[in-house]
Amino acid sequence: MENGEPTQSSFDVDLADKIRVLPGASPTACSFQIEKEDHTLGNALRFFIMKNPDVEFCGYTIPHPSETKMHLRIQTWEDTGTTAFEALRKGCDDLIDFCEATSFTFTEALEEFEAEQEEQ
Amino acid sequence: MAPKGPSKQELDRRKTVGINAETVTNITSTEFPGHYPGEDHSWSLSKYKKNLRIKFHKNLPYDASFSIIGIDASLANAIRRILIAEVPTLAIEQVFVTNNTSVLADEVLAHRLGLIPLRGSVSGLDATDVFLKPDEDNGIVGSQPADYNTIIMHLHVECTYNESADSNERDPKKRFHNSDVYARDLVFAPVGRQLERFKDDPIVPVNPDILIAKLRPGQIIDMELHCVKGLGMDHAKFSPVATATYRLLPKIDILKPILGLEAAKFQKCFPEGVIGIERVTAKEAGTEGSGYEGHEGKEKAVVRNSFADTVSRECLRHDEFKDKVKLGRVQDHFIFSVESTGQYPSTNLVLKSLKVLNLKARHLKRALDMLEGG
Repeated sequence: MENGEPTQSSFDVDLADKIRVLPGASPTACSFQIEKEDHTLGNALRFFIMKNPDVEFCGYTIPHPSETKMHLRIQTWEDTGTTAFEALRKGCDDLIDFCEATSFTFTEALEEFEAEQEEQ
Repeated sequence: MAPKGPSKQELDRRKTVGINAETVTNITSTEFPGHYPGEDHSWSLSKYKKNLRIKFHKNLPYDASFSIIGIDASLANAIRRILIAEVPTLAIEQVFVTNNTSVLADEVLAHRLGLIPLRGSVSGLDATDVFLKPDEDNGIVGSQPADYNTIIMHLHVECTYNESADSNERDPKKRFHNSDVYARDLVFAPVGRQLERFKDDPIVPVNPDILIAKLRPGQIIDMELHCVKGLGMDHAKFSPVATATYRLLPKIDILKPILGLEAAKFQKCFPEGVIGIERVTAKEAGTEGSGYEGHEGKEKAVVRNSFADTVSRECLRHDEFKDKVKLGRVQDHFIFSVESTGQYPSTNLVLKSLKVLNLKARHLKRALDMLEGG
């Protein structure tokens, strides 16, 4: 908090309870249950995981509206050797990259606009 | 083998949401690996950076409008959702009533107070921690009030007779002192490090003229208010934005010439400034197959500013325009409008929301490490 950045939400759970694997998983086909997440992360993550060519299928669902749980299903192509865990990890990494790149471009655009406004 | 990419026309078609009189087509992006044979649609940061454009239209402190071009709807929506519900915001949360003899019940007054937008030093607010609520069911002890997570304000107002007022005076504002309690009557009481952090820019209501309650002589409100940072998903008072919306850039394609009186009628189907009227030039009239042959000097409709269109589809209700125009929206051009309630500048909120999304992903990655490790 020292640098004034927003912290992870106070509504969040312990790391140990954040994610678990639902029964019936294999290395290449896995359903994750993620606590205290909704469409915000679900849809964004689904987009990045689907952008991975090694992924055969990715989808998310919120099984019950009054439970703050999000299910994420990932199936990878078996011949690529990529596991569902690796696909999820890559999805997170890509999302982080996206946030940083967008923040950078946004700040640039803002500075440019402010400079333009000052000229006028 | 020469790489055969999709034609410009095809790319254009993929990026356009079709808008017909009663239906929409091509709504979601199809650019995923495996969808188009031979094309690479895997995520590439460098490609994303190269294609991303952000353009500002307006940046008032509490009302910003900008376009983000080149992102997917899922990500634009994530930004919007976080703006509304997940950027920590300061609001009055606890009200300790010492005395309240006004006509408003304690809980009603407390609710009214909670909804008052507050502002103050942004760096001071950034240094303030989110207050963790106790939750006995899940074994969460919660935060203890301290200078880094709680801001104290006082509201002490007593209504009295104005002795110097005329005895026939009917206006309560002149007849009494403090007949109305306004947001400006909230007094910030900094403690500890807050003295330094909010020295130049103390915590005050964004709008000092919000009426909180009305009093009459003998009535008194005396309370201590604890403000904490919370999230919009818990209560709307913690939402930092009045509105945060996006729309897709409208696209209007005139397929066949619209001339003369029809052009004027066509112009009236759209908001002002969207469609312009121009004269058919000699060059156009001379071009074979342009549809303008022999119409030199005649008035024709042209698209001037599709940005201002509301996509009312009015033009599609008229049979004469049905085959001459194609309406659409650009699938990856998001025109955002972010109105802050006043606590943070709108642009600051957008950067904060991206940070929150970033932290969500990092948090999940750490949880995944733990799951795999254990």
